[in-house]
Amino acid sequence: MATLHTRSAARLMIAPSVLLLLAWMIVPLAMTIYFSFLRYNLLMPGMEEFAGFSNYSYFLTDPAFFQALFNTLAIVLGVLFITVVGGIALALLLDQPMFGQGIVRILVIAPFLIMPTVAALVWKNMFMNPVNGLFAWVAKLFGLQPFDFLANAPLMSVIIIVAWQWLPFATLILLTALQSLDEEQKEAAQMDGASAWSRFIYLVLPHLSRAITVVILIQTIFLLSVFAEILVTTNGGPGTQSTNLTFLVYAQALLQFDVGGASAGGIIAVILANIVAFFLMRMIGKTLEA
Amino acid sequence: MARNVSTRRKIVVTVVAWTIGILIFFPILWTFLTSFKTEAEAIASPPSLFFFDWTTENYHEVQSRSNYFLHFMNSVVVSFGSTLIGLIIAIPSAWAMAFSPTKRTKDVLMWMLSTKMMPSVGVLVPMYLLFRNTGLLDTRTGLVIVLTLINLPIIIWMLYTYFKEIPGEILEAARMDGASLSKEIIYVLTPMAIPGIASTLLLNIILAWNEAFWTLNLSAAKAAPLTAFIASYSSPEGLFYAKLSAASTMAIAPILILGWFSQKQLVRGLTFGAVK
Amino acid sequence: MGNITLRNVSKVFGAHAVIPSIDLNINDGEFVVFVGPSGCGKSTLLRLIAGLEDVSGGEIAIDGKNATELPPAQRGLSMVFQSYALYPHMSVRSNIAFPLKMANEDKAVIDRKVSDAARVLNLTDYLDRKPRQLSGGQRQRVAIGRAIVRQPKAFLFDEPLSNLDAALRVNMRLEISQLHQDLKTTMVYVTHDQVEAMTMADKIVVLNRGRIEQVGSPLDLYHKPDNLFVAGFIGSPRMNFVSGQPAAAYQAHTMGIRPEHLVLSKENGTWAGTVGVAEHLGSDTFLHVNVDTIGTVTARVSGDFPVTHGDRVFLTPDAQRVHRFDDKGLAVR
Repeated sequence: MATLHTRSAARLMIAPSVLLLLAWMIVPLAMTIYFSFLRYNLLMPGMEEFAGFSNYSYFLTDPAFFQALFNTLAIVLGVLFITVVGGIALALLLDQPMFGQGIVRILVIAPFLIMPTVAALVWKNMFMNPVNGLFAWVAKLFGLQPFDFLANAPLMSVIIIVAWQWLPFATLILLTALQSLDEEQKEAAQMDGASAWSRFIYLVLPHLSRAITVVILIQTIFLLSVFAEILVTTNGGPGTQSTNLTFLVYAQALLQFDVGGASAGGIIAVILANIVAFFLMRMIGKTLEA
Repeated sequence: MARNVSTRRKIVVTVVAWTIGILIFFPILWTFLTSFKTEAEAIASPPSLFFFDWTTENYHEVQSRSNYFLHFMNSVVVSFGSTLIGLIIAIPSAWAMAFSPTKRTKDVLMWMLSTKMMPSVGVLVPMYLLFRNTGLLDTRTGLVIVLTLINLPIIIWMLYTYFKEIPGEILEAARMDGASLSKEIIYVLTPMAIPGIASTLLLNIILAWNEAFWTLNLSAAKAAPLTAFIASYSSPEGLFYAKLSAASTMAIAPILILGWFSQKQLVRGLTFGAVK
Repeated sequence: MGNITLRNVSKVFGAHAVIPSIDLNINDGEFVVFVGPSGCGKSTLLRLIAGLEDVSGGEIAIDGKNATELPPAQRGLSMVFQSYALYPHMSVRSNIAFPLKMANEDKAVIDRKVSDAARVLNLTDYLDRKPRQLSGGQRQRVAIGRAIVRQPKAFLFDEPLSNLDAALRVNMRLEISQLHQDLKTTMVYVTHDQVEAMTMADKIVVLNRGRIEQVGSPLDLYHKPDNLFVAGFIGSPRMNFVSGQPAAAYQAHTMGIRPEHLVLSKENGTWAGTVGVAEHLGSDTFLHVNVDTIGTVTARVSGDFPVTHGDRVFLTPDAQRVHRFDDKGLAVR
């Protein structure tokens, strides 16, 4: 609905963004694909040669790959579960009338604004450390043996730290959605004799479905590539117990300098992410249309 | 009678909510408090919450030992730089998509969003090599470029949803009043969109400030922003809780304050306008 | 001078021809109203004249010069939008001054023209307010002020009164008519409200599905509608249409008679019926009469006529005022 003049101006103005993002998508990705077929190690410059699919078969048969795949999924699903369930509960709580609601909101939001490296370091040293951590002190207070979180349950520890960072995000969005629920609808349901529980099931939850979809979508994007938390806390270990795909590729590339292998891993990560994205995009596409 | 019950309920809710709120906030509070302790007090058992000798020694130490200010400025330059450049590229694009939509506009927006879904590791190797070969490794310029690219889709989306709320008739009125396209954008659209542009700016500064994949992998001593600087404390020899806390407090304080002021916009921006 | 000529103008959106082809001449100084139901293409036509949309074919001439390819700013036209489209971040003064500023007028000239316009429109006390601090009628006047300071060749109005309440609408109607008499500038006015069209226009253009049904003065359209559509659209309450046997009595496929041209009697007449609903307006009464064999017929009678629901009445069409239409819906004269 505009003139030819404005339309051509419009095309000109979209161009920089589209071209930049296109370049950002295609150039490095094409290079990654190219490298993934080479035997190429930064420690042995000049020795590059075509390697066919050997990088892929090496990567795909590496037991660390399956561990990383499992860990990636565990982190995504674990954090999603904690944050969505916890977020709904917290949002319902914060939606009640109370004293100092604004301050509580500020307290709850805070972890989301903390940079991942700080969050990870604080948890690792000041809470989970088996000697000087606060958890160890609490355990001793009850006469228990301090638990070495990062050594004995590294994956769970990472999930706890990441969930702590993302719980505010889910809460904030669900709370916003909750507050947009029409007060009269709730009153009508009350007049119709609906109990608090059935109001939640039949009124609140359907109203939140769109927000929940959005929370899952956005978090999944970020959770698939959790990196700093692992780097700072466990360095992927012990062994590969807390290595996810992102960290595995990083280790291959920048710790072992195996460009070919890391590239193959990167491509596999892209393919897996695309499979997930395919379903997510269909989900958000529908939600945003509505 | 009814009033009594509801007041009691309110008190119960208040106590529960405050308890949970403080628990969630506790790691940050603890970091803040620890930053004013001596190293000995920081690992003392039993730990003391408030009653210790408050000292600002750690803050001085962090600056003098590791040139904290350099990394702070790196963070400022990288997050503001990438956000501003992103805005300059995104404003015209968002204008075009909001006010001169075509059949493909929705697809273009979706495609832009999908570039966010590409895992960063997929392009880590070539980006690292490209940066190494062009001398961009460990430079502020290099980080600004990458962060601009990764946040551009979010900036465009946010601006798009804000622009969509501006009635097209007002821009047409400007056109009738003789404004050229650039004057229409400068005199009419931009001032009307200031709140939207401001919250886009804010959110992206927060995201860029906290970005911790590219900043960790593409910077070292010289250009490292605070994310990477703090990560250097993860090595065993860096185990000084009080100094770590002081550095952390300084790294998170500016963004914490910015974020608290922009809660509402945060929700909107992070959900691409799907939840307002 | 501001005569506007449309030759073969068409507009196609995708596969849908909103305006197949229109020829129209708007004379200098004329107050022309485009009227029609929603979706008839009247707003599109106005936007084509404004240059906010490209024509798909044909030519638009303003002042005798081809303006088809000109951008809106260079056509020398002003427009008042339905939503007023005031710039919310600017004061009333800056809003009115905006077109002058865009034309790089002198600061002194701008100030003089703005205060002139403000005086004419009773806005002098509000010049430093923001649009959101104004009432609907005041916003409307600011929009008009912004349009008049440029001294355009013609004003375009896109349903400017539809966001106002009923009382204000009547006032603003008068003000716009007054403005037209003072300025004597061409005005093109789009509305879906036939009352606005009748009361304000020198010339009415009735549009339906992108086609011109009839062009003429308000009374022309009222007295001599070319077809069923115009007959039904102009006049309130709506003209009664009757077909079949009763129409054949008037040598027509369909006969039309306006409610005000029916004579009511309690004793005798052409059509007999029972009063259904009686709407008493005070001065007039609208009677919805269920006439045997015809159906509901609306009649307008004097407010004093003593009649209520269920009364048996007789209606007689004024033979001089009967409109006759053929089987294609065209008027037979």
